[in-house]
Amino acid sequence: MSGVVGKPLRRVDGRAKVTGQTQFADDLAMPGMLFMKLLRATVPHACIAAIDTSRAEAYPGVKLVLTGKEFPIPFGILPVSQDEHALCTDKVRFVGDPVAAVIAVDELTAFEALDLIDVKYQPLDTIADAEEAIAKPEPRIHDYGDEGNVHKKVALDFGDVDEALASSEHVFEDVLFFEGNTHLPIEQHATLAYVDPDGKLVVASATQTPHYLHRALSKVLGIPAPHIRVLATPNGGGFGGKSDPFNHEIVAAKAALVTGRPVKIALTREEVFYCHRGRHPVLMKVRTGVQKNEHGFKILGQELQTLLDGGAYGSYGVASTFYTGALQTVTYQIQRYRFRGCRTFTNKPPCGPKRGHGTPQPRFGLEVHIDKICSSLGVDPAEWRVANAVAENSLTANWLRVSSTGLVRCIEAVVEGSGWKTRRNLGRVDGSGVQRGLGLACSSYLCGAGLPIYWNELPHSGVQLRLDRSGEVVAFCGATEIGQGSDNVLVAIVADVLGIDPFDVRCVTGDTSLTPVDLGSYSSRVTLMMGHAAIEAAERARGMLAEAVSAKLKIDKGRVVFAERRVFDGENPQVGVEFAEAVRLAEAKFGTLGSTGSYRPPKSPGDYKGAGVGPSPAYSYSAAIVEVEVDPGTGWLRVPKVWMAHDIGRAINPVLARGQVEGSVYMGLGEALMEEQAYRRLPPKLSRANVHKFPSMLEYKSPGTLDMPEIVTYLIEEPDKNGPFGAKEVGQGPLLPMMPAVANAVYDAVGVRVDEVPVTPEKILKALKERSRRFGPAKFPQIEWPEALQVPPPWEGGDGKAINEKPRKRDLVTGATVAPPVDQLKGGPRP
Amino acid sequence: MMRLPRFQYFAPRTLGDAVKLLHDHGAEAQVVAGGTDLWPNMKRRQQTPRRVIGLRKIEQLFKKSNGGSKLSLGAMISLTRLENDPEILASWPALAKAAKLISTPPLRNMGTLGGNLCLDTRCNYYDQNWEWRKAIDFCMKKDGETCWVAPGSDRCWAVASADTAPVLMAIGAEVTLVSVDGERRIPVADLFRDDGIQYLNKRSNEILTEVHLPDQDGRTRAVYWKLRRRESFDFPVLGVAAMVRLAKGGDGTVEEARLVITGTGSRPHAAPLGDLVGRKLTDESIQRTAETAARIAKPLDNTDFIHGWRKEMAKKFVAGALKELSQLRV
Repeated sequence: MSGVVGKPLRRVDGRAKVTGQTQFADDLAMPGMLFMKLLRATVPHACIAAIDTSRAEAYPGVKLVLTGKEFPIPFGILPVSQDEHALCTDKVRFVGDPVAAVIAVDELTAFEALDLIDVKYQPLDTIADAEEAIAKPEPRIHDYGDEGNVHKKVALDFGDVDEALASSEHVFEDVLFFEGNTHLPIEQHATLAYVDPDGKLVVASATQTPHYLHRALSKVLGIPAPHIRVLATPNGGGFGGKSDPFNHEIVAAKAALVTGRPVKIALTREEVFYCHRGRHPVLMKVRTGVQKNEHGFKILGQELQTLLDGGAYGSYGVASTFYTGALQTVTYQIQRYRFRGCRTFTNKPPCGPKRGHGTPQPRFGLEVHIDKICSSLGVDPAEWRVANAVAENSLTANWLRVSSTGLVRCIEAVVEGSGWKTRRNLGRVDGSGVQRGLGLACSSYLCGAGLPIYWNELPHSGVQLRLDRSGEVVAFCGATEIGQGSDNVLVAIVADVLGIDPFDVRCVTGDTSLTPVDLGSYSSRVTLMMGHAAIEAAERARGMLAEAVSAKLKIDKGRVVFAERRVFDGENPQVGVEFAEAVRLAEAKFGTLGSTGSYRPPKSPGDYKGAGVGPSPAYSYSAAIVEVEVDPGTGWLRVPKVWMAHDIGRAINPVLARGQVEGSVYMGLGEALMEEQAYRRLPPKLSRANVHKFPSMLEYKSPGTLDMPEIVTYLIEEPDKNGPFGAKEVGQGPLLPMMPAVANAVYDAVGVRVDEVPVTPEKILKALKERSRRFGPAKFPQIEWPEALQVPPPWEGGDGKAINEKPRKRDLVTGATVAPPVDQLKGGPRP
Repeated sequence: MMRLPRFQYFAPRTLGDAVKLLHDHGAEAQVVAGGTDLWPNMKRRQQTPRRVIGLRKIEQLFKKSNGGSKLSLGAMISLTRLENDPEILASWPALAKAAKLISTPPLRNMGTLGGNLCLDTRCNYYDQNWEWRKAIDFCMKKDGETCWVAPGSDRCWAVASADTAPVLMAIGAEVTLVSVDGERRIPVADLFRDDGIQYLNKRSNEILTEVHLPDQDGRTRAVYWKLRRRESFDFPVLGVAAMVRLAKGGDGTVEEARLVITGTGSRPHAAPLGDLVGRKLTDESIQRTAETAARIAKPLDNTDFIHGWRKEMAKKFVAGALKELSQLRV
């Protein structure tokens, strides 16, 4: 029915999920199916001297054993980081790196045979963390990257920041740390691979990015992509953890090809911790120069340095590094901005994109830093944020284009709802026991990355519609349902445009043989990009129906209205036809009916190396106020209530949107209070071990139902001209302010600063005992930065280009690491 | 998923059959009650019995009996039943509370009182799957040589983590152990040993069949405080059970007391009381006792939370438990 968009309708996949009928990857079973297990490295860093698989091969029930020699071709999600092998070839880089696979008649047999594979390792020194990686260039974990164990260094200057800091009234400096954490999807990764009766490979997998997996399979297996079909099964949670092509997917595919039988692998929880690709641990240093004014102060210049512990492989890491700097400017007005980022390789599971991708860490840093400046200058942090919010239709210092922003309305909503003006404690400990406090933080996030992972000029999302003469409409799209509700968005938009019931629309998604490419469920891109493609496809279909119906009714096409499963004369509503009849009329007129729609984001005004990370068609905004209770005697911390306002542009389905907000609050709270992807290195004199401290859902602490606070959600609808129906993202943005809001609330409650995530009772108690009233890292290491690209901000006469950049060659332009060549932006070759 | 290793399973219907099976198969066999501890441990190859004897079919182990006002609880009574039993709630609410604080509702439906008392000791170096333990070259408790928590030590420092144990010790409960040689009854306090590997004074051919609660004389109160990260699911990283019996006459003088601290060593430890007995519970006496008692807690870095902080919390928890006792009406 028209007016599907904006209504709190039941989600289209809800019935299947609540009745347990959704087929997740591990639910798939086929006759004759074999089971696969991976032998994973038990040493953190070593050369593989020899592998003997003969005993495993001889074990009853074992059908196949594979090792790295079967997989000489590397892969990786970014074109610039093709550094993974499906099974390690010459070297292992962390405890958990896969070195061999056993395929057997059942899982237990495969597991037992793993122990019969003899691997001889020649140990290498371990690089345990980012600071060690900088200090120890040898042994190198990879033989590529900027230098030694440094994967990537970035240096960007938007205006003369030194001058801005020198001319500032006050310069504030903070060093903060954000510990790594992981996605913790309830569904462990699983894959079923088989050869179909035509002899083509089919890989059904819990993946957020079937298109990229399709490309990786074709590359590594050496099979033409048209002969491979990837089915993205509904993900039982993704959060970025299923966005890379994974070794188990490729090895299962190979095993199916070799054995000719279906092969399944379902990872254990431990293995999911080893796949990781989660939040990078980031050490950061931020310096801000301010000038007092009638709103408190104005930021004249800001410098941010980040040091990322990347783990053993590249993954999305180059993009993650840029993201630790790119979106800092999108929330508050910053006149000049300097960013320095450095990602290191270490002997731990690789980090990558987790909900918020590279942005939550510096957002925590900045929001705590701002809170400190406000208290130091006696300014209300809420009033300051309102006065300094980035304006709509503006450019930032680093050339990002902000179209709409509802940030001010977000702040006003949570300030009002929480009683901020009267209920703050301002750090007074009065000896009465548990102290309450309120903390505020804001954020902004992408609605889809402006560029694809690999350079191309193709649409980012495509939708095809098939209109059946029964009145059924089938929508095909490569987007992947990861629990976020993308199938629902697709169906709602198509139904809305065609004036039919969502139940009349069937959706087929995440199938590389049947559905047009959508780049995947990452970077909060699906609602916006698939939404535009769906609108275009549906409007084209509506055009055909309108033409056929207007001819039949002998009225002008412009008068035809679609609503209530009818197509009728808007000026004479009782005159019209049923929707199915309209389809039949159109089919008679045009032949078999179908339509397509696609979407490619607008060009970004930035045109310097690195300008490719950060641009988005639109930015969402969030503001959170968190209430905490802190016991100054123990440091014990509890969060009873959260007020979260999110500028979503327009909610396609407000119930699902609220669900995403609550999910973000939950996940953010876990990061704020307890989650740590932490490692244990045994005393080097006694052992070389460097292991994940607790790869289990019991000891990797994440909140449970009873730990959830009351949440007051405000959906702020400030429609964006670049969003479908004005819609912006909601999947990631509301997570970002949670961590700094908790830290700021702890300060409000008991007057101490915990400059480190997670904020734990131990750290609070320690800070309460310190004279500095602070817990956090002492210093940021000296890093030799490369010469920075100098990009003048828009208000200093810049044109979006760097004034000192050498011409970039087209063939070096790879993936999300660099801007598109200028001819793509301006329609002419670069001089 | 992780699969169980291959093993032979027995399901005897009588206690006599069970103890005979256990006797016959000796060290190769292990008893399973609810399975919430043993099965995951077997999946991780921490425990690798070739034969497992299930107690689920033995009806007498599910019984609760009243000998006068004294309650005897069959070892197979589920933790869910324990937390909801009206008689226990009336006489020893601290025991019901300890049961309620164990793990999650589904696991309490399966987990049993006897199983909780016999719970394997826990350690972050030990409660890991086989591949993980291989990566640290295993540990003393299973398949290895070294205790990685204290590499110089010649003993295992895995942590006693049963919530019901400290409460039962504090109130002076007893257990019955049955073997082919007969049965014996010992105080719960004597069931435990201060060793992460040999943590029970239970012979390999004995089955813990019953727990006997003392008479509630109307002057005895007990409480249990549990420290853990989350409000559900987690094992205690510090547990404090406190019991006081007040003198007749009602002036609040402590006639007898026991403090038991768990989660900070390989067994629940009875803590020194200082001069608590013979006085009233006042803020001063509580603080003094807390200082003294907490000395028994010597947490190491093998559970959740920083161990130095857990040590500090021991003091706060003893004080908190005593304070709660001082405010309870009998």
